[in-house]
This record gives sequence, C-alpha cells and structure tokens, in this order.
Amino acid sequence: MRIKTVLLTAAALMIAAAPATAHRQWLLPSATIFSGTDAWVTVDGAASNDLFFPDHQPMRLDGVKAWAPDGSEAKIENGATGRYRSTFDVKLDKEGTWKIGTAMNGVSGTFKVDGAEWRVGGRRGPPPAGANAPQPNFVASVDEIPANATDLKLTESASHNEIYVTAGAPTETVFQPTNKGLEMVPLTHPSELVAGEAARFRFLVDGKPAANLKVSVLPGGKRYRDSDGLMEITTGADGVAQVTWPQAGMFWMNTSYSDDKPSVARATARRLSYTTTLEVMAP
Amino acid sequence: MKKTSLLIAGLAAAPASAASVNVTIPRLNVAEYHRPYVAIWVEPAAGGTARTVAVWYDIKKGGAEPGTKWLHDLRSWWRKGGRSLKLPADGVSGATRAPGTHKVALPADLKPGQYTLYVEAARETGGREIVSVPLTVPAKAASAAGKSELGAVTISR
Repeated sequence: MRIKTVLLTAAALMIAAAPATAHRQWLLPSATIFSGTDAWVTVDGAASNDLFFPDHQPMRLDGVKAWAPDGSEAKIENGATGRYRSTFDVKLDKEGTWKIGTAMNGVSGTFKVDGAEWRVGGRRGPPPAGANAPQPNFVASVDEIPANATDLKLTESASHNEIYVTAGAPTETVFQPTNKGLEMVPLTHPSELVAGEAARFRFLVDGKPAANLKVSVLPGGKRYRDSDGLMEITTGADGVAQVTWPQAGMFWMNTSYSDDKPSVARATARRLSYTTTLEVMAP
Repeated sequence: MKKTSLLIAGLAAAPASAASVNVTIPRLNVAEYHRPYVAIWVEPAAGGTARTVAVWYDIKKGGAEPGTKWLHDLRSWWRKGGRSLKLPADGVSGATRAPGTHKVALPADLKPGQYTLYVEAARETGGREIVSVPLTVPAKAASAAGKSELGAVTISR
C-alpha cells in the first residue's frame, strides 16, 4: 500500500516536473542495416504521442551516447535541436553492431522539514494552477536533503532508450548485460527482423529473467491508418517476449518495471523503463 | 588485366559438363534506368548456410568507395550471407549487367542433394525482386520467372 502511494506521488511529480514524460520518447535511425566502407547513421530524437511524428518536444542531446561494436564509446556528431526534434549523426567506422541511446538515472520524491513539504529531483515545473497555492520547496538531489528531514518518500528511476544499427556483419558485444536494472538481450538479432517472422527478446532485471513483464510494441505511421496497431506481449518465466511482425517498418518497443529494491540509499522504490526502436525488413 | 584473370578463373572453375543458370534482366522502359544490382546464391533445401555464386554491383566505382554502399538493398542476400562476405570476392564479384540473358556457372563442387537457387535484383530508383528455383545436384533442368525486375531464371545442365 505504501509503495503504491509513493509511486503515485512520484508519477504525479514527474508529470508536473517534465510534461514530456507523458509522451513517448523515441529515437529514429535513418536505417539500421548498412553496407559499404563509409557508413553514417543519422538519428532523430523526440517525445510525442504518435510515432514517429515529431510534434511535441525534442529529445535532449546531452545524455545521448554511442558505443562501437567493440564496446568503446563513439562520437555523436552534428547534433542539433529544433523546435520538435533533435538530430545527430554517428559515423559507423567499425564493422559490427553499434548501440546508440540515452540512460537516465534519478531520484525523485518528497520529504518534510518542520511539517513543510519538499520535493527532490526533476526540474522546477510551471507554477501550480491556483495562484494562491503554496509553492513547493525543491532540492536538486538526495545529497541536499537536510539532516532533520522526515517522511522521506523517494523513488529511484532509471530509463534506457537505445537503438542498434549494424554495419556489415552483426556482432553481439553491445548486448552484454551489466546485470543492473532493466535490460534487453535479443535472442533474435535486431538486424534480422523480417515481416511475418517471429523475433524473441529476453528482458532482465538485475541480470535475472523478468517474468510477466508487459511489453508494448507499436508500429510507426499511425497517421496513415485508423488503429494504433499496439501489440502487448507478456514475458514468460524465462523473461522472453516473442513478437511476430505483422508488417515491415519501424517499431517502437517499450516496457517498464517497478519494485521496492532501489539501488540508491534512502529510496524506498524504483521504477525502471526500457525503450528501443526496431526496424523490420520486408521478406 | 584483372578482368581477364577473373574470366579465366571463372572458366577454369566451370568444366563444360557443369550446370549453369541463365538469368534474364528485362529491358525496362523507364525515365531513369540504372542496371540492377544482382545476387545469385544457393541454399541447401533443408536449411543451412547460403553460398554466393555471383554478385553484380558497381565494382569499378572510383575513389575510396569500393562500390559496396548500396549492396544492402539486396536485402535478402545481404542478411543471408552478403554482409559477411569479403568483397570483392574472386569469381563472385562482377560488374552490373545490361538487359539480356546472362549465363552463370554454378559451383562444380556442390554436393549431390536438394538446394534452392535464389536470384535477387535491386535497381536504383526502381524496384526489387527475388526469384527462387529448386535446384537438384546433379543438375536437372528447372526454371522460374520474375514479374518486374527479373525475367526468366533457368537452370540447365
């Protein structure tokens, strides 16, 4: 019961602090399969309701990183942020499978000092609707919580949004799990997704298979049809979600997981999320 | 010079009795025509590794670019083995071909059995098509035909 309350509070805070969290965060690569000796991928990043139409907020580029097939960090080039989307390039100068994306970690929640409510984390949002409503007090991080604070209700949050692109023959190094938080290890390589065929993805929480996880898969291009095309898949005891691709195109895949095992001291709950964009080829 | 040696190698590897496939590239009446990239490969019918017989692309492209940038447009071939092939490959890589029928020798060392022969064509500013024909070794005559980017594909002994 207590966890539920904390989570609800945290969720409400996140919405208040950053409206973009109510929308889908997405990365859209220009392609995921490359040949030749001078391949570049160009990627769009944004948050919006409909995939992959940038019509709400651009993705912040300061947290975007890229990893080469050997696991080394690679350069993000030509980054630019427009009104609705950000864009950047990665030069794929090594053969194999690359990982590009963001990992955000934070703690948010509330505590009290002398009966007054304070909030932790997030950015200061717009003022509450009622002009007379009291302005909440903020601290930026857990470290700034004063010693006399009481009623701590803190939630750790960690979210990954990653895409995978392959130059030449595919490799597996970038899928090596860290065994921390929520991770996806593909059993079908992301460069081998074909319409009409099934693909399997294993989800791990702290390195262990995440059973009964609800995974959402959404095709892009909703403007050109009536249905949103949402597929919801539940992982088995082995943490595996199997998706049979109804058509070719770009698909957004997302899942989240909550429990009361935070890795941050003083937090009582954690919320983990994982997002990717996968390209499915015509047969 | 290199071309000559490739031709000789091709001839040497294909004794007169070996099977071959005739691939027809149709003449298309389009505003902007580029010769298609074509890949020809063989897979065991029961599943297994694809063996590339030929791939025709912009092998003589100048500068630092070896003409491989658009090979992924041959998307089935690329996934099934093209992406792990070191190019140019002797006796496999070749220049794009003009519309017409082209005879390609099948590997003489294929073990007897059932295979599927695939021909995939992808054209710049155009379409893409794949045609498959059952292949029996020792070879029996067989044929299939494409509808858009490929014409007849005929196996002969």
